[in-house]
Amino acid sequence: MTTASLTGTTALAKLALRRDRIMLPVWVYVVVIGVSANAYTFARLYKTPSSRAALVASGQSNPALLFLYGRLYGDSVGALTAWRYGVWGALFAVLMTIFLVIRHTRADEEAGRLELIGSARVGRQAPLVSALAVAVLANVVLIVVLCAVLPLVGLPAAGSAALALAIGTCGLAFAGISAVAAQLTSGARAARGLAIGVLGAAFLARAVGDSAGAGGPTWLTWVLPLGWTETLRPFASERWWVLALPLAVFGVGVVLAFVLAARRDHGAGLLPDRPGRPSASGLLRGPFSLAWRLQWTGLAGWVAGFAVLFAVCGAAGKGIGQLVGTSSALQKEFTRLGGQTAIVNAYLSSLMLLAGLMAAGYAVSAVLRLRAEETEGRADPVLAAATGRVRWGLSHVVVAVAGAALLLAIAGVATGLGYGLRAGGTGGWMARMLGAGLAELPAALLIAAIAVAAFGLLPRASAAVGWTVLGLAVAVNLFGAALQVSHWVLDVSPFSHVPRLPGGTVSASPVLWLSAVAIALAVTGLAGLRHRDIG
Amino acid sequence: MANAIEAAGLRKRFGPTQALDGLDLTVQAGEVHAFLGPNGAGKTTTIRILLGLLRKDGGDVSLLGGDPWRDATTLHSRLAYVPGDVTLWPSLTGGEIIDLLARLRGGQHDPERRQELIELFDLDPAKKARTYSKGNRQKVALIAALASDAELLVLDEPTSGLDPLMEATFRDCVNDERRAGRTVLLSSHILAEAEALADRVTIIRAGRTVETGTLAGMRHLTRTTVDAELAGPFVLDGTPGVHDAVIDRLGDGGSRLRCEVDNAALTEILRRLSAVGVRTLTCRPPTLEELFLRHYSERPVATVQ
Repeated sequence: MTTASLTGTTALAKLALRRDRIMLPVWVYVVVIGVSANAYTFARLYKTPSSRAALVASGQSNPALLFLYGRLYGDSVGALTAWRYGVWGALFAVLMTIFLVIRHTRADEEAGRLELIGSARVGRQAPLVSALAVAVLANVVLIVVLCAVLPLVGLPAAGSAALALAIGTCGLAFAGISAVAAQLTSGARAARGLAIGVLGAAFLARAVGDSAGAGGPTWLTWVLPLGWTETLRPFASERWWVLALPLAVFGVGVVLAFVLAARRDHGAGLLPDRPGRPSASGLLRGPFSLAWRLQWTGLAGWVAGFAVLFAVCGAAGKGIGQLVGTSSALQKEFTRLGGQTAIVNAYLSSLMLLAGLMAAGYAVSAVLRLRAEETEGRADPVLAAATGRVRWGLSHVVVAVAGAALLLAIAGVATGLGYGLRAGGTGGWMARMLGAGLAELPAALLIAAIAVAAFGLLPRASAAVGWTVLGLAVAVNLFGAALQVSHWVLDVSPFSHVPRLPGGTVSASPVLWLSAVAIALAVTGLAGLRHRDIG
Repeated sequence: MANAIEAAGLRKRFGPTQALDGLDLTVQAGEVHAFLGPNGAGKTTTIRILLGLLRKDGGDVSLLGGDPWRDATTLHSRLAYVPGDVTLWPSLTGGEIIDLLARLRGGQHDPERRQELIELFDLDPAKKARTYSKGNRQKVALIAALASDAELLVLDEPTSGLDPLMEATFRDCVNDERRAGRTVLLSSHILAEAEALADRVTIIRAGRTVETGTLAGMRHLTRTTVDAELAGPFVLDGTPGVHDAVIDRLGDGGSRLRCEVDNAALTEILRRLSAVGVRTLTCRPPTLEELFLRHYSERPVATVQ
């Protein structure tokens, strides 16, 4: 890399900071507040070791918790905080970094903005360097702020630094991974999908490694970056050398990205575009088939991810029996929770809650495709043809609904298959879990329906509204119980109202009223779309 | 014949910006109507109101005898639209998009006409739209519109990405459409295009119509450009109706005059030129560029005394 190829890096980095002047602080704020507010609440709620005992026992034994949050390495408030929010804080830092790096590299290149910049006095490598520089800056700010804030809520400084570094370096590792992904595909959507796919694999690897129990594949926790936030063991005799792993991934990723970038043409990926059909097949004939055509590749990725994730998670549920029974304290906790059946049911139903939240995420992204089509000008030719607005709006909403239903069915069947193959009774478990998965559908669709309403009534804010509502549901349902928030807050999330299956009681009324509210919101949104300006 | 488009006193405001401020536009059925104005004058806003994509704030508008907002879907099966900034679905091929747009309009292309246009515009229909240049994206939208059987074509700056060769092809196609009796609304800031194609023009500025009519009808408002080489020295000395005059002395004692003359003053200037002795003389009507400059130039055209 020569100096000439870096000309203009500072100017581009400033431009990136200017464009992200709202989003970046919001991401950093969300992670910092998420971690530190919860640390504060933990410190307040669980003052004495005895008050922490139940939480610690379940943290060490409940495979559902191990799966979702990772292993717990101590019984201090700090260790509990790192356990509950280390992996998830890192997950958010990683998402921030992926969006940031792709946005300023491949997305700009695809939109043609980098061409304009490249023709100015800007070096060939400057856009990639500046995007990485901003990503490093964002993660460093995150680390520094966390280091400063966590001791204020009463956590030890060393552990705070370890937790902050665990989260920030995980973000950095994914800066390298995203930079590589941005070189491989010619579309930003695909590059983002690739990087998020690696994140999904990382989450899965550590989740399985953590919940596998003795004799299981516990080494999986070590394979990919997200697991390193735990193996660093913040607040539990920190292993500082683990920090070298994410930093090494960052370094290798950056070098690889530059090598790849030097070998490809502007606008091209490493995988060339193949020629397609010179004329449309008979199937591509209206707004619905167009929406399906535009969205099926994305849905296929989600389906594959769901199938693998939930089959593996289902299979991991069998490890529960081995995990318990090692100590009398665990045994007591185990009985308190309702014994073997109840624990298995709690684990499987928390998997379905996760599936429901993820399916809601899919549905929100599928609905927001409408807004992207509108702002990028691709709605105009459809609406200037003989397509009514409601039909166009419905076309993507139908994909969102059908996709969410398909994903939840797959989550249920895959969980049942995975668990059944190890515990016996495969057919019965698949059928039971299919029902459990689909029970989450009304709640997932209610979240998506809020996005539809926002798209119709507040189009400019639709993305913010959709993702914020999903984020609130995730916060309430994944973290609310441990924070002992009031029922009133829990009740706000639609996921608090669906039957917890298997094991819970099934009642039709929440399903019916959630569906009714979702339909009402979607109808409101589509009616709003009929009466507003497009563009 | 009925009017294909009728808009009177059209108003549209975006926040603090008054995009349309009482715009009038009448397009007769069967004519090619050029809709001219500089960037930001409100051409695209008007077209988006005509297509029912935007709701008007005030004024009257009718399209093919219907209300473009209320009857959008039914009206749209009778028109074809080429946006000014064509964005296509990156994962679809050009050929697929051409067919899709026809089907969305509720029709089907004549396959021969489609093939003919693809060859005429030299488009590779098997390429994914993400690999197309701006010109090629525009070709996709143009072919889809021209291959349709729509009675009204709404073209928003359709040639802004085309090379001169393709522009000529486009003009031939529009002339064919006119002969076939179709109505064309052609927005442009490329004046030569309007001059070559349009039966009538409407010129707008800052959301208002400043001029509408045939080109011939508008030229009477203007001047003739005169370029003459003369046998002897020439002095203008304040002849009324002569503007922007430049006089060069030639080596052999002759001179050269370039100026713009109000049509009313033509007789007088020609008389004075012949008095000196004319070697060569070119008179031509103003181009639309010159018309345009008058309507849009910030400062008034300087007059040489």
